[in-house]
Amino acid sequence: MRRVVITGIGIYSCIGTNLEEVRESLYNGKSGIYLETARKEMGFRSGLTGRVERPNLKGKIDRRMRVGMGEPAEFAYMSTIEALKIANLDQDYLDKGEVGILFGNDSVAQATIEGIDRIRETKDTTMLGSGSIFQSMNSTVTMNLSVMFKLKGINFTVSGACASGSHSIGLGYFLIMHGWQDTIICGGAQEINPLSMGAFDGLSAFSIRENEPEKASRPFDRDRDGLVPSGGAATVILEDLESALKRGAPILGEVIGYGFSSNGEHISQPNVDGPKRAIVMAMKQSQLKQKEVDYVNAHATSTPIGDMNEAKAIHEAFSNARPFVSSTKSMTGHECWMAGASEIVYSMIMMQNSFVAPNINFENPDEDSAKLNIASKTIDTQINCFLSNSFGFGGTNSSLIVQKYK
Amino acid sequence: MEKNEIIQKVNEFLIDEFEVDESKIKPDSNLKTDLGIDSLDFIDIAIIVEKTFKFKIKAEDLVNVITLDDFYDYIQANCN
Repeated sequence: MRRVVITGIGIYSCIGTNLEEVRESLYNGKSGIYLETARKEMGFRSGLTGRVERPNLKGKIDRRMRVGMGEPAEFAYMSTIEALKIANLDQDYLDKGEVGILFGNDSVAQATIEGIDRIRETKDTTMLGSGSIFQSMNSTVTMNLSVMFKLKGINFTVSGACASGSHSIGLGYFLIMHGWQDTIICGGAQEINPLSMGAFDGLSAFSIRENEPEKASRPFDRDRDGLVPSGGAATVILEDLESALKRGAPILGEVIGYGFSSNGEHISQPNVDGPKRAIVMAMKQSQLKQKEVDYVNAHATSTPIGDMNEAKAIHEAFSNARPFVSSTKSMTGHECWMAGASEIVYSMIMMQNSFVAPNINFENPDEDSAKLNIASKTIDTQINCFLSNSFGFGGTNSSLIVQKYK
Repeated sequence: MEKNEIIQKVNEFLIDEFEVDESKIKPDSNLKTDLGIDSLDFIDIAIIVEKTFKFKIKAEDLVNVITLDDFYDYIQANCN
C-alpha cells in the first residue's frame, strides 16, 4: 500500500481568509463570531454567526464560470488556489496529469431559493439565467472547480452531513493508498448566508448568548448553550508520496488513519459508541500507541449532548493517554460540512508552527470534559501527530490521523 | 428605436456584462467564433434583451443570427 501525504492546504474562513491570517487567529484565540441583526429581522431565534465575506472574483475568473458559482463554490475557489500554490501545482501539471477532486459541500439554499423566488415573480424559467442550475446543485464546488482547473481524475461531491469534509479526505486517502489516483484535491465548503441556516436555527440548536457573540461558542464548557453556525471553505491536497517526491513537492504531513462509523440510532442526537469506534478504527489503522497522539482536534460544537458524548468517547478511546484536546469551533463556530477539512487545515497549521490552539471560552468543565486535557490557553509545544474528529446528523462519524512526514 | 441606439446598448452590455474584448466588436464579427458567445450566454443575453428592449427572444429566431450586425437588425425588427 502506498503512503499518502499532504502537499497543499488552503483556507477561507471567519478567522482569516488565508493561512497566515488563520495562523495568527488560532495562536491568539481570536473569535470570528458576531451578531447579524438581519437574521433577527428574518425571525431567527439566534442571530449569531461566523462572518465570511464573499470574494470579488471579477477579473480573476471568466464570466462563464463565475455566473455558475454560488457562495460555496466561490469560497472553495479561494481556498483551493491557495492550496495549489502551496503544493506547487500549476496549470501545466493539472493539464498533463490525472488529478481528482472530492469535496464535501452542504446545501445550495441561497441559489435555490432565489431561483425559485424569481420563477414565482416572473412566471418564466428562462429569467433564471444560465448560471442558476450550476449554482444550485449540491456538487457545485466539484463541478465548477474541476472545469476551471481542467481536472481529469475522480470528480464528485461527498455528502455526509457535518463529517463530509473529513470523509472527503478519508476517501481521497483510501483511493491514493490503493493506487487508484496519485493526486486528489480534497476539502469542504459551507455556505453561511441566513437562507442556508434557517432550518437549523429552527431546531433551537444555536447559542442565544447574543450579548456576548465571541463567548457564545464554548465547546466543553459547563455553561454552553448551543452551537454558532459558520462557513467558508478549506482545501487539503493529498498525494501519493512517490509522486510528490518525484516532482519535489513540499510534504506538509502524512495521513496515516481514517476511521468511520455510523451510530445507527437517532438522527440528530449523537452517542458515545459510534464516535469511539471511528477513533479506535483510525488508531488501529495508524498503528500508533495512544501516547503518540499529541493533539486531538475535537468535533465539539458547543451543544450540551454532543460535547458530553464526544468527551466520553475521547476519554474511553484514549484510556492510556491524555493528549491535548481543543475544539477550534470555539473560535470559528460550527463550519458544518466544511469543518472536517478546515479542522485538518487548522491542525496542520498548529503542527507546522508548534502550538496547540486554545479552546477559548472553556472556563468551567463539566463532569465529562474535566476528564480531558483541554487546552484553554494557547500551548507552545511540538505536535508530531494529531487526530481530528468530525461527526454529523444521521450519526455519521469520521476520524483522521495525520503525522509529520518522516 | 434607431439602429445606432441599439448598437450602443448591445455593445455596452457585451463589454460590461459579457467581458467581450472591445476590439473584437465589429458588425461582421461572428457571435460564436469571434466573440466567444456560447449557447449558455444566449440565455443570459435573452434576459438583458428583454429588460433593455422589452421583447422576448425566441430561440428559433436566432438560427439566422450569425454576426453582430444580424443581431442588431434582429433587435431592431422586434423592438419596434
